[in-house]
Amino acid sequence: MLIDKSKFLFVATSLFFIGLCGIMLNRKNIILMLMSIELMLLAVNLNLIVFSVFLDDIVGQVFALFILTVAAAESAIGLAILVVFYRIRGTVSIEYINLLKG
Amino acid sequence: MYLLLIFFPLIGFIISIFLGRFISPKGSAFISCFFLILSFLLSCISFFEVGLCRCPVYIKLAPWIDSELFDASWGFMFDSLTVSMCVLVTCISSLVHIYSTGYMSHDPHQPRFMSYLSLFTFFMLMLVTSDNFIQLFFGWEGVGLCSYLLINFWFTRLQANKSAIKAMIINRIGDFGLALGIFSIFLAFRTVDYSAVFCLIPYYVNYNIFFFNIEFNLITLIGLLLFVGAVGKSAQLGLHTWLPDAMEGPTPVSALIHAATMVTAGVYLIIRCSPIYEYSSSALFYITIIGATTAFFAASIGVFQNDLKKVIAYSTCSQLGYMVFACGLSNYSVSMFHVLNHAYFKALLFLSAGSVIHALSDEQDMRRMGGLIQLLPFTYVMIVIGSLALMGFPFLTGFYSKDVILEIAYSKYNFLGTFAYWLGIFSASITAFYSFKLIYLTFIANTNSYKTSMQSVHDAPFSMAFPLFILSICSIFVGYLTKDLFVGLGTPFWNNAIFILPDHLNIIDAEFIPIYIKWIPFFVSVFGALLAVILYYFFSKFLFDVVSSNLLFNFAYTFFNKKWFFDRLQNEVFGSFLLKAGYNTTYKIIDKGLIELFGPTGLSNLTFVISKQVSLLQSGKVNQYAFLMFIFFILFISVSLVLTVVTPYIDLQLSFIFMLYVLINNMILNKTK
Repeated sequence: MLIDKSKFLFVATSLFFIGLCGIMLNRKNIILMLMSIELMLLAVNLNLIVFSVFLDDIVGQVFALFILTVAAAESAIGLAILVVFYRIRGTVSIEYINLLKG
Repeated sequence: MYLLLIFFPLIGFIISIFLGRFISPKGSAFISCFFLILSFLLSCISFFEVGLCRCPVYIKLAPWIDSELFDASWGFMFDSLTVSMCVLVTCISSLVHIYSTGYMSHDPHQPRFMSYLSLFTFFMLMLVTSDNFIQLFFGWEGVGLCSYLLINFWFTRLQANKSAIKAMIINRIGDFGLALGIFSIFLAFRTVDYSAVFCLIPYYVNYNIFFFNIEFNLITLIGLLLFVGAVGKSAQLGLHTWLPDAMEGPTPVSALIHAATMVTAGVYLIIRCSPIYEYSSSALFYITIIGATTAFFAASIGVFQNDLKKVIAYSTCSQLGYMVFACGLSNYSVSMFHVLNHAYFKALLFLSAGSVIHALSDEQDMRRMGGLIQLLPFTYVMIVIGSLALMGFPFLTGFYSKDVILEIAYSKYNFLGTFAYWLGIFSASITAFYSFKLIYLTFIANTNSYKTSMQSVHDAPFSMAFPLFILSICSIFVGYLTKDLFVGLGTPFWNNAIFILPDHLNIIDAEFIPIYIKWIPFFVSVFGALLAVILYYFFSKFLFDVVSSNLLFNFAYTFFNKKWFFDRLQNEVFGSFLLKAGYNTTYKIIDKGLIELFGPTGLSNLTFVISKQVSLLQSGKVNQYAFLMFIFFILFISVSLVLTVVTPYIDLQLSFIFMLYVLINNMILNKTK
């Protein structure tokens, strides 16, 4: 069956923009921010897989696998940084991460 | 010999200013007097050779400026006009030098004083002997410089400083005119040599030139610009205010600069440029009007002055008016004759006044003098001789020149001549009046002086009496002896030094005017003198009552005493206006305003404000950073997309202008916030 790829791409793009909005609009919670980043990466993955299927090319899936690992490593490091930060400041609210001003 | 007569004063200057410390005040006084007297003797010889034997001398000394067509060299020209001036300058100057050895004997800076006097004489000689306008300008400026140094001799006195600056600046206004005149001469004739310029003048009679976009006749323009220079130097109406103020210098300086030497430079310039003036009747018109007005104006002020030296200064100003209008009526030789005669009796008057001031321990106010006739008989005699010569008493020096001036004015038979004649007659009577007022208040009236100063009164010592004596002899005899030489009918003395158009020649007419016209100057002078003596002898109380009672008379007295408010006009209208314009417009608006705004300060402020705004973008909030990243990412993509799509249809420059507009608008919005 032939499924219109635009639907897949629409889902991926909306996921990406939802993630983006999650980063931009969120003012309180840094965990939410990390989750939004994950969401964006997942959207990108989805995009890659869709194109890989439709173009009948394996490279996209290879990239998707790479991105999975990179995302895992990134969230691990990000969470580690958060833990360290929490240890020092006692909070992880974004409002208080504003010491570096222009 | 001709060069030595010019450079002897310079040698005197150099020795007494550089070696004055080593050769003591007396030594430097002796040296400078010695060189001046040598120079005077040489001038007499040159007067004999050039003037009497009629063989002019030209010396081309060295090239000075030699650039393409412009060629000014150090050249000296001795014709009868020059040697007359040389004799005059060196004679008065040597007498003033000798006088100063007595007058300034207690001054700690005598070597400096003597050196300035010598330098002044040198520059004056440079001025009169030059053979081109550039070198004349050199002397002209040098004389101005020396007048500054000499007026400012007692440099610790504030008033002397101010007077010297005033003299310098007002002279500079005139010099500006002179410089413009020289420029236009060079523009038209491509030379500044007297001989070449004067040869070419007749060919340029109908030649017009644009000056400040206004078309002028070339010769009129040159004449008027040169006359502006003469107005400054010779203290004619408008630029005369420096002369009375220059009395702040020591009295010998007043005698040298402001009676005999410096102020005559302006008249000398007019006489020297007689070929130029002869071809421009409108320039002659203005010269006559200004000269005659100055004669009247200065005389009217002189009556109401109470300062001994100021009275004499205003009489100088008035007599310069006579000389200038005589030039304006094309009688240059008569004017020169008056210059020569006037120098003797005016130097005599100044030096006698100096003697009085010296005797009264530097009291200058006539109202605080009186009764000096028994104490200073010699000075009294000198001052009477000087005053009689000044008022043109028959058979004294002044008579021969002053009366001739009035006669030639009458015999012009036109508006100008009549104007000058009546103003001259009026001034003559006033001159006699204030001369006798001076004599009466100083010598004859009951004394108003302090007892202490009267106790130390002494008549002039020999070094001061000797020049006075010589000058008095000159004041009596010079006019009679030289009348036929200078202004006698058909005298060959001036051969080519002075040029008068045959149309303008009226010295012959002057001999044949009605006899009562010739008597008028004598009668008005005697009337003025008698009036002064009678008024002050019998009616001094009455005079005082008149002035102090009535508001109108009081105002009139103030009006003349304050010099027709001319200084006030100059200070409050022109001076303060220019000062304020200089401070407000030039300094505050342009220098500290516009240039700073568009220059360093404005630019740095702008950079500061913009960078501050830009750095405000970095608020420290992570989500805002993400937002900015997103916005600019979108912007980047859309611009690159839109450009590829839109370029064929839209002029990019327009969109660039639009973007600029958005940016600037944004900035202004930010500012107003």
